[in-house]
Amino acid sequence: INNSSTSKSPPESRKKVRKQVSEESEAVVPGESPDCEWARLPQELLLHIFQYLPLLDRAYASQVCRRWNQAFHMPELWRCFEFELNQPASSYLKATHPDLIKQIIKRHSNHLQYVSFKVDSSTESAEAACDILSQLVNCSLKTLGLISTARPSFMEVPKSHFISALTVVFVNSKSLSSLKIDDTPVDDPSLKVLVANNSDTLKLLKMSSCPHVSPAGILCVADQCHGLRELALNYHLLSDELLLALSSEKHVHLEHLRIDVVSENPGQHFHTIKKSSWDAMVRHSPKFNLVMYFFLYEEEFGPFFNEEIPVTHLYFGRSVSKEVLGRVGLHCPRLVELVVCANGLRPLDEELIRIAKHCTQLSAIGLGECEVSCSAFVEFVKMCGRRLSQLSIMEEVLIPDHKYSLDEIHWEVSKHLGRVWFPDMMPTW
Amino acid sequence: MVINTIHWFRKGLRLHDNPSLKEALLGADTVRCIYILDPWFAGSSNVGINRWRFLLQSLEDLDSSLRKLNSRLFVIRGQPTDVFPRLFKEWKINRLSYEYDSEPFGKERDAAIKKLASEAGVEVTVRTSHTLYDLDKIIELNGGQSPLTYKRFQTLISRMDAVEVPAESITAEIMGKCTTPLTEDHDDKFGVPSLEELGFDTEGLSSAVWPGGETEALTRLERHLERKHLDISSYAWVANFERPRMNANSLLASPTGLSPYLRFGCLSCRLFYFKLTDLYRKVKKNSSPPLSLYGQLLWREFFYTAATNNPCFDKMENNPICVQIPWDRNPEALAKWAEGRTGFPWIDAIMTQLRQEGWIHHLARHAVACFLTRGDLWISWEEGMKVFEELLLDADWSVNAGSWMWLSCSSFFQQFFHCYCPVGFGRRTDPNGDYIRRYLPILRGFPAKYIYDPWNAPESVQKAAKCIIGVHYPKPMVHHAEASRLNIERMKQIYQQLSCYRGLGEDITQDSFSDIFNINKKHGQLINRIGRSRSFSLCFLKWFMVDFEVYFGPLSCCRSQSPFNFYFLDKLQDICI
Repeated sequence: INNSSTSKSPPESRKKVRKQVSEESEAVVPGESPDCEWARLPQELLLHIFQYLPLLDRAYASQVCRRWNQAFHMPELWRCFEFELNQPASSYLKATHPDLIKQIIKRHSNHLQYVSFKVDSSTESAEAACDILSQLVNCSLKTLGLISTARPSFMEVPKSHFISALTVVFVNSKSLSSLKIDDTPVDDPSLKVLVANNSDTLKLLKMSSCPHVSPAGILCVADQCHGLRELALNYHLLSDELLLALSSEKHVHLEHLRIDVVSENPGQHFHTIKKSSWDAMVRHSPKFNLVMYFFLYEEEFGPFFNEEIPVTHLYFGRSVSKEVLGRVGLHCPRLVELVVCANGLRPLDEELIRIAKHCTQLSAIGLGECEVSCSAFVEFVKMCGRRLSQLSIMEEVLIPDHKYSLDEIHWEVSKHLGRVWFPDMMPTW
Repeated sequence: MVINTIHWFRKGLRLHDNPSLKEALLGADTVRCIYILDPWFAGSSNVGINRWRFLLQSLEDLDSSLRKLNSRLFVIRGQPTDVFPRLFKEWKINRLSYEYDSEPFGKERDAAIKKLASEAGVEVTVRTSHTLYDLDKIIELNGGQSPLTYKRFQTLISRMDAVEVPAESITAEIMGKCTTPLTEDHDDKFGVPSLEELGFDTEGLSSAVWPGGETEALTRLERHLERKHLDISSYAWVANFERPRMNANSLLASPTGLSPYLRFGCLSCRLFYFKLTDLYRKVKKNSSPPLSLYGQLLWREFFYTAATNNPCFDKMENNPICVQIPWDRNPEALAKWAEGRTGFPWIDAIMTQLRQEGWIHHLARHAVACFLTRGDLWISWEEGMKVFEELLLDADWSVNAGSWMWLSCSSFFQQFFHCYCPVGFGRRTDPNGDYIRRYLPILRGFPAKYIYDPWNAPESVQKAAKCIIGVHYPKPMVHHAEASRLNIERMKQIYQQLSCYRGLGEDITQDSFSDIFNINKKHGQLINRIGRSRSFSLCFLKWFMVDFEVYFGPLSCCRSQSPFNFYFLDKLQDICI
């Protein structure tokens, strides 16, 4: 058997094998080939070894003899499975073999605990995923992930088909702990079913961009699932009530809240969240991460960053104005990580200095198309010092000035960071 | 003994800095410079008309330069393995010379020819002159692996011996007593074909914006150096080749642009290198030039070095340095991008310029490459690479594939949050929109306010511009905010899996990461393991061994606080320095 090159047999099991083999070798009939020891490896050992192998290698191994075939079907090897559903017309990657899928449903569906579905951009793949889900009646899943690897094809599936498939899992599992259903047509009633069956166990819920869910729907989840530690959703679902529910006494400490703020049409209006709601969250869960992704037009930032907000990880996916970044500097004291994709043409010097001054927890920053003068950049790095473990800026946006040229800047910055640093480069043809 | 030589032109279409030719002429009695036109390539749709025209013009230029030396260029149709045995016999050849080609396909072809030559008793002279350095030496200096970060590459370069001086140009003196036997019907048998003869329809074809040939290349070099002189001596000298900040003019074809000439070898990269060095020393009074002075040349060298030992360099599958990303297969969307019908004027204007002229500014390339791959359409970089191969004059195999992998974040480990907005980026570069109006005349009537996003213009503005969006010009093919949201999430998923690989059931902390991949300051081994380990490549997208509960929470990278996998990316770069 040829283990994959990245595996290492743990030393004790090797010893165990050797001992067993040497014990058994006394019993070997002369003339019998010593290789038959392999067939007598105890099942626990086989299991241990098989766990290192990816599925294909395991499948080959299972063809060697009956004992190994039996080991291949041991329940422990079927706890995790990832169904890859791709069509040749829409993907370059291979799909999980349909026969294998049939076998799993037939022999192992009640062993499955951690399941994910990866589908390509075709509706057929998403429908195939729903079909499989509908058949997982005997499953007691702990983790379920529905992942579209390209276009969100679950949204193309007829809503009723999707909901009924999902409900099968919600009702039968009763111990769902992690649920990842971004970009799906999940709705309020199905969330109610989820809550009715899994409120004690649900710890993680990731449901960004689920347009059929309303604030009331997610509030129901927060109210009932007191063990919820991680939540990801879109801004339109966020409400003061939700934050208060998450900070109620019965609720565990929240660890991670991710919010996507996405503009559907330019000039869209966004509601505001009261500072008191955020304060309640911080009081209840002082260490929680608030991760916010903004995909807005510049003029839509009006409702944001006018008051203190406990955001820790901030990502601006489109251009954001100097003014807004200035407000970020003033109102985000808990900021740990900041990524700005783009800005205008004026340098962000004062804004960066302000952020260095007020955001004392900042340890990672990434600047895309933002202009920054070299002096201000060096000043920024100096002020942050060694707490900056991540510093990423494109070389082409650093503006050299009378103090520093581009060649000098990497030494200065490296000095202040305490490690060798270079700006990011893009190939020039 | 009579020495009859063939010099085989492939790239290196020049008589200056042509060491293999120069050496082959020593003591030779006859010389014939040939170019083999593989009929397969002529018919292949993957080389567009601009590239053919550039090549033919370069061959014409060579021919006329050789005429001045009482010689001619011989253009021969066929495949090299068929052509050479015939020529060796017919012309009684005992010497063959050519410039070294570092690309995997080139090496394979040349190995076959070398074998034929040795069977025919022909001595082969090969010299390096398409790259600044002997690439194998760079690789050797890096422990036998091609460097995979540009920083690492720069470090290695600074430790290499000096670049070899360009060879003397071929003159009548150097030709010496060497002659070229010519026949009356040379033009019929061996003349440079025209575009029409190759089967192209040239009706309505405008004159070449980038005329091919060594003569043109050397003229441009002088102009380029004049402009560079100003850059270096001025206070605002900056490292980046295209500084000061790109403006509307930089987008247009420049009379000092050199990249197509470097690609075809009409201009020697070593000549360019030395001229730059001399110029810098003159202006800055003998101080040592920074590596950044040679930016364009070094990037080119970097990709050649990365590609030379990797025949799968231009693919995702089986390419040990390429991240396996679940790109979407969507021929319809790809066609819209390739033909400049995306509905985003910035993207469409760039693709139009590319198709018409054969060259676009490198930041324009970033914009369209990002749009096609990780920015908006989520289509494979291989498709984009093929389109560039067809249309872009300076896109050769190594540089094109390497740049596409880079821009799509498929390799060389780039920060994937750098996303170019198809509206904002163009607007910041050319606020007035003149570039758009030049290449998309249908949008001429739009004011600067709306020309980058005409679909947002009120109906009255569209009517006044005589261009209704959706009728005269397409609606935008994606909703950019939504597309970028999705795609950032996709990229994150992929990179999180790379760092969360737990093939041994061990915790993958930042420290054990290096254990798992056995990095002993030789990052090359990391890449080897990715390539050879089937289980790793399977695990790129499979979560078999992962305990999902631990994987899923925190939502971001499971071993760092960062949602962007900064730790993973940075760690890898540190290793590579």
